[in-house]
Amino acid sequence: MIRGLTVLLLCQVVGELLVDVAHLPVPGPVVGMVLLFGWLQWRRPSKESGVVRAADGLLKHLQLFFVPAGVGIVAYAALLRDDALPIGVALAGSWLAGLALVGWVVQVWGREHAEAATLPSAGPPTAPPPASAGDGGGPDA
Amino acid sequence: MPDALTSPLALVLLTLLSYQLGLWLRRASRYHPAAQPVVVAIAGTALGITLLDVDYPTYADSALLISFWLGPATVALAVPLHRQTRRMRGVVAPMLVAIPLGAAVSIATAYALILLLGGSETLAVTMAPKAATTPVSIALAEQAGGLPPVTAIVTIVAGILGAVLGPTVLTLLRVRDRRARGLAMGAASHGIGTSRALLEDETEGAFSGLSMGLTALATSVLLPLVLWVLAL
Repeated sequence: MIRGLTVLLLCQVVGELLVDVAHLPVPGPVVGMVLLFGWLQWRRPSKESGVVRAADGLLKHLQLFFVPAGVGIVAYAALLRDDALPIGVALAGSWLAGLALVGWVVQVWGREHAEAATLPSAGPPTAPPPASAGDGGGPDA
Repeated sequence: MPDALTSPLALVLLTLLSYQLGLWLRRASRYHPAAQPVVVAIAGTALGITLLDVDYPTYADSALLISFWLGPATVALAVPLHRQTRRMRGVVAPMLVAIPLGAAVSIATAYALILLLGGSETLAVTMAPKAATTPVSIALAEQAGGLPPVTAIVTIVAGILGAVLGPTVLTLLRVRDRRARGLAMGAASHGIGTSRALLEDETEGAFSGLSMGLTALATSVLLPLVLWVLAL
């Protein structure tokens, strides 16, 4: 676990360093994610390896880690109230645009491989909650 | 107010208790997609610090113990991304075009709609990264000169929109391919949408997780570029 956390922090620090040195317009942790992804593809560690366990442990409660940022909303309550219309419309409009565009492009272009993975026309099935849905239930936000 | 109630220890405890309450409510609602622990946790903590008369900067300093883990957790997103790579065969090309395109359109529409409806430039930059997963959108807002707490909130709301309405909207849009549905959910609603996609179907959930990781990357790279083009 500590070994795994060490690897995660190392990737982040190297990521921040690269961002600093190369003046990349990308957050350091995102560069760290790319570094770790490359390492995982290369080394293919087992499920029991420290990095995988540390990562799963952190991701299980990913939501907790941005509670402090979200609480900052107390300082912006007036802004949210005054700009509720532009915020609401931009949020819903942009969400729909992204969802529709990605869905359509992949569906139309990926059609030749689609037979096995297509929704039955009877409509969405009702699935039970996933077995893994304990307190965290996967990467959550 | 006694110091012991406003110490860093007490404020971290308040955050953890509010989060536990959120987890409990999610279980009690039998995993309803709208019952997101983070919403309850933020509301509970905000109410708590208001009652304790603690200002936000003081709270944020104390809560550094928690927010510190946002960075390593972002790095950790490489692990689920790595797990999904096996499923990519057959959709690599459409996916590698659709996701950057979707990210660019999400950034541009959010930014333009805010300005069009009379919002400030700062608010537009704040909204622009909202399709990326929350830790990344917060970091991007910080870098681009937006308001990170507001970004956190709108990102979470974009996730909840997907969790509650995503599958219905996709069906109305006649998107039937499980992989396309999953990729769309992850691209528009990151991890919160992914947990709903997992409830719908395993393939849909896996592709949503993959899409969330790739969208975070695409948004990071494209945000400065799109903002630069829009400013011309």
